[in-house]
Amino acid sequence: MYRYDNYDRQMQQDRIAQFRDQTRRFLAGELENAQFLPLRLQNGLYVQRLAPMLRVAVPYGCLSTAQLRKLAHIARHYDKGYAHFSTRQNVQFNWPKLPEVPDILAELAEVEMHANQTSGNCIRNTTTDQFAGVSPQEIEDSRPWCEIIRQWSTFHPEFAHLPRKFKIAVCGTEDDQAATQVHDIGLYIVKNFTGDLGFQVLVGGGLGRTPVIGQIIREFLPWQHLLSYLDAILRIYNQEGRRDNKYKARIKILVKELGIDAFREKVEAEWEFSKDGPATLTEAEFLRCKKFFTDPAYAALPDEDAAVSEKLRSDIRFNNWLERNVRGHKKSGYRIVTLCLKATGAAPGDLSAEQMDFVADLADGYSFNELRVSHEQNLVLTDVKLSDLPALYDALQKEHLATPYTGLLNDMICCPGGDFCSLANAKSIPIAEAIQRRFDDFAVQKNIGEITLNISGCMNACGHHHVGNIGVLGVDKKGEEFYQVALGGSSDRQTALGKVLGPSFAQDEMPDVVDKILQVYLQRREGNERFIDTYNRIGIEPFQEHVYAKAD
Amino acid sequence: MPKLIDTLGHLAENPWALLPKDATLEAVQQTPDKLVLVPGKLWQEQKAALLSTGKTFGVWLDSNETVSLLSDEDLDTLPLIALNFPTFMDGRSYSTAGVLRQQLGYTGEIRAIGDVLRDQLFFLKRCGFSSFDLKDTVKLEDAQKALTDFTTTYAATVEEPTPLFRRRA
Repeated sequence: MYRYDNYDRQMQQDRIAQFRDQTRRFLAGELENAQFLPLRLQNGLYVQRLAPMLRVAVPYGCLSTAQLRKLAHIARHYDKGYAHFSTRQNVQFNWPKLPEVPDILAELAEVEMHANQTSGNCIRNTTTDQFAGVSPQEIEDSRPWCEIIRQWSTFHPEFAHLPRKFKIAVCGTEDDQAATQVHDIGLYIVKNFTGDLGFQVLVGGGLGRTPVIGQIIREFLPWQHLLSYLDAILRIYNQEGRRDNKYKARIKILVKELGIDAFREKVEAEWEFSKDGPATLTEAEFLRCKKFFTDPAYAALPDEDAAVSEKLRSDIRFNNWLERNVRGHKKSGYRIVTLCLKATGAAPGDLSAEQMDFVADLADGYSFNELRVSHEQNLVLTDVKLSDLPALYDALQKEHLATPYTGLLNDMICCPGGDFCSLANAKSIPIAEAIQRRFDDFAVQKNIGEITLNISGCMNACGHHHVGNIGVLGVDKKGEEFYQVALGGSSDRQTALGKVLGPSFAQDEMPDVVDKILQVYLQRREGNERFIDTYNRIGIEPFQEHVYAKAD
Repeated sequence: MPKLIDTLGHLAENPWALLPKDATLEAVQQTPDKLVLVPGKLWQEQKAALLSTGKTFGVWLDSNETVSLLSDEDLDTLPLIALNFPTFMDGRSYSTAGVLRQQLGYTGEIRAIGDVLRDQLFFLKRCGFSSFDLKDTVKLEDAQKALTDFTTTYAATVEEPTPLFRRRA
């Protein structure tokens, strides 16, 4: 994991002192609300429906147990005893008090965490695959690159007042777990024919009101040029992105209006000036960052374990959990374990302070003191010994953290919605819960198989509804909450945007609607087809016919 | 009282008369001031006539205008280019300053005008601005403090072209 040096520490202390003074001036009436707004946003602080909300960055999803315990402490002492893990791999506190926020930031800095640029019109937390560094399908570990981008983007003076927010994702695996193509910039780590490392650069992706899949602006960018090329893209966007209408201000609109070829020409012309200049990355800097992400002290272990095999035979629940929540590891004798934070009745992604402490203890005991946050709002223990799985499972069971639904229907992505968020048109957590209750049975879930169901409470699409196999969007119809359903979205290497099924539904209809959609799939699927495969083969019409069929 | 400060936070004299965006040649001829800061469009359209008044000129660009309003000769001779912030949240002029310094090699004074507030000063300085025409509401002592809000920054910038990764001890 990356560790701060004196420069990192000093800059973070500078930032806290700056925000402490800004908060003091605001509370003393010396700073107008409109002037304080972007300052607090760029320090993670929203004003929400009921209270402020503080969004803390978990850089590219990597978390140490000391950091998780600090989050638990903050939840306990400054909040209401819980926190929410978000689709941006961040953590959100829903009840902080404004005068205490500088103190919270100071506490975070003690464990090398921050809330820099987690909102506002600036470059946000860079995200990546939650299995980076341990996935057997990996081309190259994305974490050093994410850290390089984190540092470049942190307090970048030219890009603190962009037309709109700006999100970068990096993917170093074959199977994209980072929704890379729906980011303002998506970076796929690639090797060219001579084995040199670089990036395929996508630009102009994004969800929100106008969902767009990113387009390739450069097939191969040698890694040395990463930062100067990012500078060039951002400068063109900063100068030419629309500022007259916030719904048309994201880079995706600029790229669409200009066309990718014209946009590319501008970027390349801009890049000519900075290419090979001082922003060119050095081997030394790459190696400096890489050495923070070396393998932990793995033991040499066989890839089988008699006790695990025995428990698999005798304990069906353990079997289910292992089947869904445990993945193969690059290292023999190790496994990757997902803690699916989707227990029915709990808000997706929420964790209590006690659970956080508990998970930290488990990560200390079983996974080299580290864990990850996934954009599916789950936690991941990346380095668990195969032989430790039974003990880990028993422990997780006790805290209701062994929900065996990873990658299945009930592992849904769901934004906090109208229960918390002031932007939302509709609630989303109760919809998730109603659907989860209807299908809360492992045999049913397993029969349906791999599927993604994503719920957003408004057009801003924090719940990634456009890229869910089933996407649910809360809409406001004359003051009443309704839900629009789309099918066929996906956020992997074959990213696709869902297609709207038809007229929207009332809240209490939603479990039935999902049920009807699944009936069509189960009747029509061939062989081992996943939901998305069947959908892609048969199209949306059969689903429309069945869902909207008049009862006899 | 409007206040002009430099990158060290020192108060500076401001002998420049700032003319509004719709200013005409006649307005320039009528102004008693010797040093006149004219809008970019007027400069581009009336440069010869303006110069024949015998006054000294600086040019200001609005946030939606680019350096294309200036010629190579302008960049060699203009003592002052001012960049406007219609609102402090409009960040275009940060990039314009970068283009002037890094691509066009402009070495004269770049001044921030308009909605210039305390909390943006450090970043403005980092992007190559050399003077700041502060809004009336900004306290001088606050502004002076703000110029040193951070000890350094990570990215390569105009003020410190060497990024931190090349400077780390």
